[in-house]
Amino acid sequence: MTDGAVTVFVVDDHRLFLSGVRSELGRAFAIVGDADSVDAAVEGIGRTHPDVVVVDVHMPDGGGAAVIERVRAAGGESRFLALSVSDAADDVIGVIRAGARGYVTKTIAPDDLVEAIRRVHEGDAVFSPRLAGFVLDAFAGSPPPGALDPEVEQLTPREREVLRLIARGYSYREVAGELFISVKTVETHVSSVLRKLQLSSRHELSRWAADRRLV
Amino acid sequence: MADADLRAACEHRSMERATWRLTRSPTDRVVLGVAGGIGERIGVDPIVVRLGFGLLVLAGGVGFVLYLIGILVSVDPSPAQPAPPPRKARLRPTIAFAAILAGVLLILRDAGLWFGDDVVWPMALGAIGSAVLWSRAEVGRSRFASFVSRGHGAPVRTVAGVLLIGAGVSLFLVSGRRSGLLANAPIAAAAAIVGVVVIVGPWVAGLVRQLADERRERIRSQERATISAHLHDSVLQTLALIQRADDPRRMSNLARTQERELRSWLYGRSSAPDHQTVSGAIDALVDQIEREHAIVVEAVSVGDAPVDDASLALLAAAREALVNAARHSGATTASLFVEIEGDRMTAYVRDQGAGFDRASIGVDRRGIADSIEGRILSVGGSAEIVSALGSGTEVRLSVPRSTS
Repeated sequence: MTDGAVTVFVVDDHRLFLSGVRSELGRAFAIVGDADSVDAAVEGIGRTHPDVVVVDVHMPDGGGAAVIERVRAAGGESRFLALSVSDAADDVIGVIRAGARGYVTKTIAPDDLVEAIRRVHEGDAVFSPRLAGFVLDAFAGSPPPGALDPEVEQLTPREREVLRLIARGYSYREVAGELFISVKTVETHVSSVLRKLQLSSRHELSRWAADRRLV
Repeated sequence: MADADLRAACEHRSMERATWRLTRSPTDRVVLGVAGGIGERIGVDPIVVRLGFGLLVLAGGVGFVLYLIGILVSVDPSPAQPAPPPRKARLRPTIAFAAILAGVLLILRDAGLWFGDDVVWPMALGAIGSAVLWSRAEVGRSRFASFVSRGHGAPVRTVAGVLLIGAGVSLFLVSGRRSGLLANAPIAAAAAIVGVVVIVGPWVAGLVRQLADERRERIRSQERATISAHLHDSVLQTLALIQRADDPRRMSNLARTQERELRSWLYGRSSAPDHQTVSGAIDALVDQIEREHAIVVEAVSVGDAPVDDASLALLAAAREALVNAARHSGATTASLFVEIEGDRMTAYVRDQGAGFDRASIGVDRRGIADSIEGRILSVGGSAEIVSALGSGTEVRLSVPRSTS
């Protein structure tokens, strides 16, 4: 293991994909372990304390959301990046609300995946265009009646602008250039959206996700 | 996690309880499976147990009361856990059970809880005959039942069953006439109905069960046939094509098209996209572009609405922009973002390819002007094309929406 290298743990129930991701990431990170089931993942993460866990959304016994919840309940400090072939909105929103700091699809280019893991490790959120679209859709309209904290239940106009640009395929740097703000500010906005997504009591989030056709 | 442990512990406890509590049979049930459960527990053919209950009903309704008690003390089999394998019915407990039953019947007869010899004995004969006639051989059933219903045992079973029922009926007719019971028309009619039910009932029940089984099996095999037909027409064909394709771009194009098709099938969307809504139209558009051009379209849409003239114009222009990106930009992916919000509908088509300088394109190339700007202007919208050599292209389209 390289000293100072970011440690990464990979969870996926497809062995073929697991070995592919391992070899792609091996050059940039120290891969400390992998697992192909929820139980093995919780045990392995508890043992190796990785910086970042790359977790598949779809697995038997609860999938990525179950891994995240159980590791966090046990006091784990790792950060999570969800990786999936699924574009189903309820899966994506579910894993983010469980505590993942980002979501990317498995068709992501290797360099982009490395970049996403770096970002998650630094505490930022990783929003793919698709996730940005889901969130814009979920937060459309006025906050639900009886919302505890109206601050949390709505996106600011600036956050909407940032999400729109991400949905249009802009990288964080391009978003920053377009809006004349720093990349750091873009990251702050995205992290704030992530927090709202996780804290929001919008009960229609899940219902919306269930009704929503898949993009 | 603690919650899961607790639940597991509870399930364990309830399983332990189930081992001393009577469990109703999940598979072998006529009413609620109580008789089946008792039979499986003590190793007696459930048919014999059922017979016992039936005879005790004739003894002043005692069997009815016993069955109610049986319902109260037994538990329903938990569907999550497979029931423990039933104990195989054996001859000795069966004889013991029959002897105890006969004893109890005689005691009840003495005690006066009795509908009368004229009724009970003929009915007993008829019931035994019916059980013999219609008992089905199954794994785990008594030797007796499996013997009489096996191949050469079947005629023996039929003859024995019919003889027993015949004896029951004759006895009833003879003793009933002697005692004048049959003179009472309602009683005679009821006796006839009970007789018919006893003889034909199990056969009808078996027939119904068989029909249900067959129907279930037919549905399952139809489903299997549909799935395999679909996979054969789609996934297998594509896999074969991919093996023959030597251009990696074409390969990934095929894989992606197939992926989308399979996904929409799995998630229950029909393979023909819904053209009535903007989101459905976007799906169709992306599908077509990716089929015809070597480019991957990352489509994101926010909001949805029925298709109207303005949105059709917008999507047609977006389509043209995507085709341009595929032909001229050299990029392998393009983004399409469509948002419906309030009284406007906007679309952005972006690639990170070569880009171009508009001034350098000859006036004879009317593609952009007509197919993109012309379409949008005709429905009162606006179109903007942002591009520079080497930094990609973005086409920004916006049309007003009638919100009425």
